[in-house]
Amino acid sequence: MLRFANPTWFMNFSARLLPWLVGLTALLFAIGLYMSFFTAPPDYQQGETVRIMFIHVPSAWLAMMCYGLIAVSSIGLLVWRHPLADVSAKAAAPIGAVFTFTALVTGSLWGKPMWGTYWVWDARLTSVLILFFLYLGLIALRNAIDDEVQAGKLSAILALVGTVILPIIKFSVNWWNTLHQPASVMRMGGSTLHSSILYPLLVMAVAFTVLFFALHMKAMRNEILRRRVAALRITQVDEAMTPQAAE
Amino acid sequence: MSGFKSLVARDIRLALREGGAIGTALGFYLIVIAILPLGLGPDLNLLARIAPGVLWVALLLSALLSLDRIFLNDFEDGSLEVMIIGPLPLELIVAAKSIAHWITTGVPLALIAPVLGLLLNLDINAFGVLVLTMLVGTLGVSFIGAIGAALTLGLGRGGLLLSLIILPLYVPILIFGVGSVMAVIVGPSSFTASFMILCAISLAAIVLAPWAAGAALRMKFQ
Repeated sequence: MLRFANPTWFMNFSARLLPWLVGLTALLFAIGLYMSFFTAPPDYQQGETVRIMFIHVPSAWLAMMCYGLIAVSSIGLLVWRHPLADVSAKAAAPIGAVFTFTALVTGSLWGKPMWGTYWVWDARLTSVLILFFLYLGLIALRNAIDDEVQAGKLSAILALVGTVILPIIKFSVNWWNTLHQPASVMRMGGSTLHSSILYPLLVMAVAFTVLFFALHMKAMRNEILRRRVAALRITQVDEAMTPQAAE
Repeated sequence: MSGFKSLVARDIRLALREGGAIGTALGFYLIVIAILPLGLGPDLNLLARIAPGVLWVALLLSALLSLDRIFLNDFEDGSLEVMIIGPLPLELIVAAKSIAHWITTGVPLALIAPVLGLLLNLDINAFGVLVLTMLVGTLGVSFIGAIGAALTLGLGRGGLLLSLIILPLYVPILIFGVGSVMAVIVGPSSFTASFMILCAISLAAIVLAPWAAGAALRMKFQ
């Protein structure tokens, strides 16, 4: 039962923490959304569309943070064989994929009025798209393998390979873009943000991050419960089969 | 080291005597390139402009088709298990098999590329560079592909899954491969810079990929 010691502690801990996280998420979103719709002024160049950024930027940031979390969990699984690490990596992948997708969709919705097209083969867009494919590969690989333990370890290897290659992809896409077209069209200069835009953005970023942890924790709890149910079913079947075999 | 060499020789011999393996990849490469102008129209200027990119993308797809061959046959008849028990470290087994895959797939594909370049009206001056970059790039293709082949080994829908996993990882090779050919045709960027980075990617793949693929294989046989 040693293997179960940690998940049990996690279940107790998360049961207590989760309501607070959910409440905090709701509160932060209430403040953040109010600020981004009513406090923040429309940009003099971008107009009202600048408000898309309050969704877009936090999503993009979480898309990357989530991959980092998967990578750390994968190391935890491969090096220390921590059972919770596998649960964490499995729970994080779909959430990360959704945030990446949100970043891509909101980005292209913003791009239509700004650049006149939904999609530009800009270096940043392209590397986020590839990140999305990496997420899909991770999810697909895990779904394809029946053995749960093996699925966890093999996707951990893939996640770590992705971590090694992601910076190279990012670098090469930058290079590729500068080869073909001059200066990037991205105008969001981080340092030049006015505080009326910056504060809503920061609140939204924190809100999204707390939302991510709430979702991730809930998904981890579900995964642990699912595994316990599966284990219970197996012991039930075992018990049901044993007397028959004896006869 | 003799075990390493004989494993490479064995895999090459198997691929050659199997016959179909190399021919299929080459045939696929040819048909993709031949069908492209039918879709794009016979404008030779357009074809010349997109030729390096098209040749590289089609090369990646053709190589992808044969990736599962690296481990699959030996996995199915059990010889992979014997190799793992044997004296040669698993990482070297992966390296030997990847090199054999490169020699039987990457090299033929790279060598036939200029012929297909003729079909696409590729600048004659770029032929040498094309073959050179492809020879270097396919080395990385085989080694990175070995990771995917090991991860998806023995899974039913291996082929499609393998493509989904591996193609994003080929992006750097594609970009710098096409980049160095383009540098020769249109300039103005330097050929040496792209080519050096392509070499670096392939070398890094040779060193690192066997570890990842080896770890994946070890987990399969636990």
